[in-house]
Amino acid sequence: MAESGNPTPQAASEANYLRFREDIPADEPAVSLDAFFEQPNAVSVRIEAGDDPERLIPHLARVRLVEVDFPKFRDGRGFSTARILREAGYTGEIKATGDVLVDLVYFMRRCGFDSFAPDVAIDRDVLEGALNRYPYVYQHAADDAVPIWQLRHPELANG
Amino acid sequence: MKIITGNDLRTGAVIWWTGQDWSVHVEDAADVGDHGEQILAVEDAACRVNGGYVIEAVKDADGGVRPAHIKDRVRALGPTVRPDLTLKPADPNAGNWVI
Amino acid sequence: MYRYDKYDQAMVDARVADFRDQTRRRIAGLMTDDQFKPLRLKNGLYLQLHAYMLRVAIPYGTLNSRQMRKLAHIARTYDRGYGHFTTRQNIQYNWIKLEQAPDILAELATVEMHAIQTSGESIRNVSADHYAGAAADEVIDPRPWAEMLRQMTTFMPEFSYLPRKFKICVIASDEDRAAMRWHDFGLRIVRNGAGEIGFEVYPGGGMGRTPFIAYKARDFLPANQIFSYLQAVLRVWNRHARRDNIHKQRMKILVHELGEEEFTRQVEETFQHVLTLGSDFPQAEYDRIADYFTPPPFETGLSEEIDRSDPDFAVWVDQQVAEHKAPGYAIANVSLKPVGGIAGDISAEQMEVVADLAERYSFDELRASHAQNLVLPHVRKQDLYAVWQALVDAGLANANLDLVTDIIACPGLDYCSLANARSIPVAQRIAERFEDEARQKDIGELKIKISGCINACGHHHAGHIGILGVDRKGTENYQLLLGGSGDENTTQAKITGPGFDEAGIVDAVERAVEHYRVIREPGERFLDTYRRVGMDGFKEAIYG
Repeated sequence: MAESGNPTPQAASEANYLRFREDIPADEPAVSLDAFFEQPNAVSVRIEAGDDPERLIPHLARVRLVEVDFPKFRDGRGFSTARILREAGYTGEIKATGDVLVDLVYFMRRCGFDSFAPDVAIDRDVLEGALNRYPYVYQHAADDAVPIWQLRHPELANG
Repeated sequence: MKIITGNDLRTGAVIWWTGQDWSVHVEDAADVGDHGEQILAVEDAACRVNGGYVIEAVKDADGGVRPAHIKDRVRALGPTVRPDLTLKPADPNAGNWVI
Repeated sequence: MYRYDKYDQAMVDARVADFRDQTRRRIAGLMTDDQFKPLRLKNGLYLQLHAYMLRVAIPYGTLNSRQMRKLAHIARTYDRGYGHFTTRQNIQYNWIKLEQAPDILAELATVEMHAIQTSGESIRNVSADHYAGAAADEVIDPRPWAEMLRQMTTFMPEFSYLPRKFKICVIASDEDRAAMRWHDFGLRIVRNGAGEIGFEVYPGGGMGRTPFIAYKARDFLPANQIFSYLQAVLRVWNRHARRDNIHKQRMKILVHELGEEEFTRQVEETFQHVLTLGSDFPQAEYDRIADYFTPPPFETGLSEEIDRSDPDFAVWVDQQVAEHKAPGYAIANVSLKPVGGIAGDISAEQMEVVADLAERYSFDELRASHAQNLVLPHVRKQDLYAVWQALVDAGLANANLDLVTDIIACPGLDYCSLANARSIPVAQRIAERFEDEARQKDIGELKIKISGCINACGHHHAGHIGILGVDRKGTENYQLLLGGSGDENTTQAKITGPGFDEAGIVDAVERAVEHYRVIREPGERFLDTYRRVGMDGFKEAIYG
C-alpha cells in the first residue's frame, strides 16, 4: 500500500481481477520477459506490448501465467500475442492487464485470454451483456467457437 | 476574446458557451478569459458538451462574435455550399462572413 | 447479389444491440469520449463540423432498390434530405444525432445493411470493380470473393484494434477500374496455367500524407488460401507497426520501412504457420455465396439498335453507356456531378428515382463507383431511352463520365473536421469554367480529384490533375498536381510548384488543360500527353 493509504495501481488491478479458469492461480508475481530467461524457476512472466511472444515459445512448458499488457486500449498488439501463445500449444493462464475496457473483453476471450486485471474496474452487468451479445462468429480464433461457415456446411465438420 | 465551442453530445449540434449554458448561435458566445479549460472540464463531465475546446475570437463590427479560424466560422454558420442548410439561409452574405 | 441468411442477420442485429448499449452508456456519462470514440467509429459514426456523420457500408458498391429506398427514407427521416456517395463506394449522412444512431442502424439492419467497420482503425469496406458481373473483360465476377472477404473480416477478434485503417480491393480484369493498387491489400483474380482461380496479391498501397503504390507480393495465391494469407499480412502489421505516431502506422509505412523483400518474407513465414490453423473458408462456402452472383436471366434475341435520333440522348449514350458482356444489354452510368452541384451528393427524391430505375430496368441492381457516381449495370439497350428520360427529369442525366467536369471531391472544410480548405467550391468553379459540352468533349478523358486536406479522401494523388487544399497562414491555399492515376498503370501525381488561392487554382487548371490541347498528339488523353512530355512544359504554362 502506498503511504497515502490509497491502493497502488497493482492492488487496484488485483481487486478488479476477473478470471475464467477453474484451476488455482499461479501465486508468483510475473517477472519481465528478460528476467524470466534469467530465472529458471520463474513460472509467471509479463509481456509488454512491444515484446516478442515468440521468444517464450521454447519455454512454455514451465509457464503457468502470462500477463499481457495493454498500455492503451487502442494498442491491439496483445491480441496477436495471446493467439501466438495459444497456437504454440500454451494452455496456462493468459491475463490481460492495463487499459482493459469492457468492450474489448469479448475479443480478448476469443484470442485466448482467460483472465483480466484492468486498471479500472469493469462493470459486471455490462460485461455479462457484452459476452453474450453475439450469437455466432464468422471466423476461427483461439477459442472453440464454431464459425458460421461451418454451421452452414455441417457436413464439413470433423468427426 | 476566448470562447468555448463544442458539440452537443446527444444531437451533435455545434454549440457555444454563453457564460451560463450552451447556445447554437455563435453571437451568444461569452469571453471566458483564462477559465475555459476549467469550464470545459465541468461541462464535459456533466455530458453537456462533447469534444469541446477553447478558441480565439473577436467581436464583430455589429456586435457579433467572429471565431479566428475559418473552420470554426464554418461550424458557426453551416456548409458554405448549402446556404439552405445553414443557420442563416436567408442571408446572402453569410458565406462571405465565413471566408 | 448476396442475401443474408439467418446467421448474417443475427450478427447485424446483435451489432445494433451492442451499439445501442454503448450509446446508452456514453449518453449516461458512464464512458468518456476517448473510450466511446473507437466504438462509435466501428459503427461508422464520426463527429464532424456540423453534427455526427454516419457512413453506411455498401459492400463492394452493390445495392438493390429496397436498400436504396431505405437510404432515401433515412435521409428524409433522420437527416436533411440527402446523402453523399464516397470514394470508397459507401454513403454518408452529415446531420445525424447520436441519440438516433442506434435506431438508424436498426432500420438499416431490416434491409441487410449496416455501418460496421466503416471508420476507425478497422478493416474497412471491401471495394470492387463497379462493373463487376457486367463487364466483358473480367475473369470471373469478383464479388463472391469480396463478399467472402467481408464476412472473413467482420469482427475479427485479433484485428479489431489495428494500428490504422485497412482497405481491401478486389478486381478481376486487366483494366483496373477500382484503383486497386492504392489499397492496403489489393487483389486481382487470375487463372493459372491449369485454369485454377487465384490472386495476384498487392499489399502496401495507400494515399494519405505519405502515398505509396502497392507492390506485387504474389503472382499466384491459390484462392482458397486467401484468408490465411490475409491473416498473416494483418498479423505482421499488427505486431510490428509503430504505435507512437498516428501518421506512421498505416501498413504502407511498415512495408516501406522493412522493405518489400523483408515484409514479404515475414508474411510468407507467418502464412505457412497460419495455414496450419485450418481457418480458411471451404469451397462449399464460396460456392454458396457465388450462387447469389450468377448472372441475372438475360433475355436473348434483343435488339442491338439504339435510336439516336434525339441528339441529347445520343450525347448521353456516347458518354455514359459502357459495353455489357451480354448481347442486347448495356451498362448505364448515372452522373452525380451536375455542373455547380456537389460531387456525390444525391437527394432523397433522386434516390427514389434511381431505385425505381434499378428495379424496373436493371434486374433490381445498382452500383456505387469510387468516383462518386452510380451505375445501372444491366440495362437493355432498348430501355436506355426511357432510363435517360427519367434521369433527365431527376437531374441525373449529365453526360460527363470521366470528363473534366466529372470531378472527385471530398466534402472538405464545408463538412469535415479534418479539412484545411474547402474542396467543393473549387470543384464547382472548375466545372463551371469548363461547362461547355463541346469543350469537354474536345478535352476528352480528364480525371480531376480534389482533397481538402492531406488525408487524401479526394484521391488527389491519383488524379490526372490533383488538387490539395492546405492551410497557408490561416487562409485556404491549393496545390496543383499532375500525372496521377488509379488505373492499372498506377502512378502518383506530382506537385507542380507553389500553390494558388481559389480563383488562381481554377485559372491554373485551365492553363494546364490548354497547354495539353496545344501539344497533344492524336488520340492522347491529358494523362498520356503528360506522361510523354513530363512536367517541364506544363510547369511553364502554369506559372509563366
